[in-house]
Amino acid sequence: MINSTLKELSAALAAKKISSRELTQTFLDRIAQLNPTLNAYITVDPEKSLAQADAADQRIAQGAAGPLTGIPIAQKDIFCAKGWRTTCASKMLANFTAPYDAQVIEHFNAAGAVNLGKTNMDEFAMGSSNETSHFGAVKNPWDALAVPGGSSGGSAAAVAARLCAAATGTDTGGSIRQPAALTGITGIKPTYGVVSRFGMIAFASSLDQGGPMAKSAEDCALLLNTMAGFDTRDSTSLDRPVEDYSRDLAQPLKGLKIGLPKEYFAEGLAPDVAKAVEAAIAEYKKLGAQTVEISLPNTQLSIPVYYVLAPAEASSNLSRYDGVRYGYRAPEYTDLSDMYKKTRAQGFGAEVKRRILIGTYVLSAGYYDAYYLKAQKLRRLIAQDFTEAFKQCDVIMGPTSPTTAFNLGEKSDDPVSMYLSDIYTIAVNLAGLPGMSVPVGFGANGRPVGLQIVGNYFAEAKMLNVAHQYQLATDWHARMPGGV
Amino acid sequence: MSLTEADVKRMAHLARIEIAQQEVAPTLSQLSNIMGLVEQMQAVDTEGVAPMAHAQDLSLRLREDRVTETDQHELFQSVAPEVEAGLYLVPKVIE
Repeated sequence: MINSTLKELSAALAAKKISSRELTQTFLDRIAQLNPTLNAYITVDPEKSLAQADAADQRIAQGAAGPLTGIPIAQKDIFCAKGWRTTCASKMLANFTAPYDAQVIEHFNAAGAVNLGKTNMDEFAMGSSNETSHFGAVKNPWDALAVPGGSSGGSAAAVAARLCAAATGTDTGGSIRQPAALTGITGIKPTYGVVSRFGMIAFASSLDQGGPMAKSAEDCALLLNTMAGFDTRDSTSLDRPVEDYSRDLAQPLKGLKIGLPKEYFAEGLAPDVAKAVEAAIAEYKKLGAQTVEISLPNTQLSIPVYYVLAPAEASSNLSRYDGVRYGYRAPEYTDLSDMYKKTRAQGFGAEVKRRILIGTYVLSAGYYDAYYLKAQKLRRLIAQDFTEAFKQCDVIMGPTSPTTAFNLGEKSDDPVSMYLSDIYTIAVNLAGLPGMSVPVGFGANGRPVGLQIVGNYFAEAKMLNVAHQYQLATDWHARMPGGV
Repeated sequence: MSLTEADVKRMAHLARIEIAQQEVAPTLSQLSNIMGLVEQMQAVDTEGVAPMAHAQDLSLRLREDRVTETDQHELFQSVAPEVEAGLYLVPKVIE
């Protein structure tokens, strides 16, 4: 049951082979057994989850079930869920119970899905290893010495270890795709604006985008059908017709043009990752695709641009944590200014503080043009690289991450080296394009390798088709770590 | 251009984050490394390039000016550190 696809689970629920309560309890038991080691969840609330499961069972009995009714889904702890502790993995929000639902949570509730719990992440989604969480690091289910990636590391580990049927993540610079790659699962970051940011705790608002993390592309398509949708409460949400992201899954790939950016296969790419990615591309050729070399000349610039824009937006967004309206307040202080300063010094972790300080600096008087405005101009050049590239190909493919999962502690003292590990994912956020990661094998150390697929704006259904056809021909996505 | 300890203290003040004297030097070293990375941007000529804030280059939507929210202040204040009579309590700012 734990390896079943969402479609199979839905059919089993409809046929009364299993109840949502039984299914939910199965996952809750696995969480109780494995979470003490993996630390994938921050909050589990069996009573709440089982009440939702019972409601789903009633709905199924009434014949009113949808594709996700009764399915237990893990929610990244960045999504506000009414009545649930919602921490964003920060001491600042460790005592925060959300008084309202994110639009994504509203959609899952309306679909009758079960909220299985809130997953661990890097604090305020700032990190690539899940080590900046106030609630401790997450272990990679494939290797207890390895990080699961970040920031959606808890969701990735929960899917990989089968501690949920599927999960949600958010992606600002690679936070869905990189952990999906490092834990051997499938995840998609949609086009910016497709999934509402309402109730999704803000990090860098012009880049943040929610998306599904699951065992397969087919499952991701079903989840995205529920997650996507226009929202007047999100000022950058896109008002577009509702799509069925599953509609093209069965299309053959004959004639598909795959662009291979030469910058993604250059120095810095580990040989074992290159080998697995090249084997996946060879498989695509067998499925009828052709490849063409393309260039994304401004790739190297994406990291400096990102480390101006994201901290700048974060420094503004995180100014709301002042110890007045919600969250942590320092126990002792002398006056209002001292209360702000002590609350923020004690409530934020080291990486969050670093980014707030960088953001404050690049936005400060006299530096705005040299940094923020400069970065926004370069952002356009980076986006134009992709526009040019898509004149020659239907999708772009390359590695999701330059290496397989690194060891816990390996990069945690060296922020810049951690930042550089997101070299292949960040440009996609800057351009606002959809990107996904699909498991395509294992590296020399037995840790998973992910293939990144980047599509043109609103090409999610095409990308899911491209990923699904590969998953019909291979079984990497069905592999499960030993010992779980 | 390089950061100084005075810059670090000024940023910490502007961001309202207390920073102990012994944290200033290590913070300076980490922020300098990050700004070193950021400086690569300056090598590229962006003359005439329009800044980009959103992939679809949208302008913000307008809505009708009418009341859409209900009064939920009790619910929202239930998560505040200190509240009295519907007001958020903070240390006295006027003597």
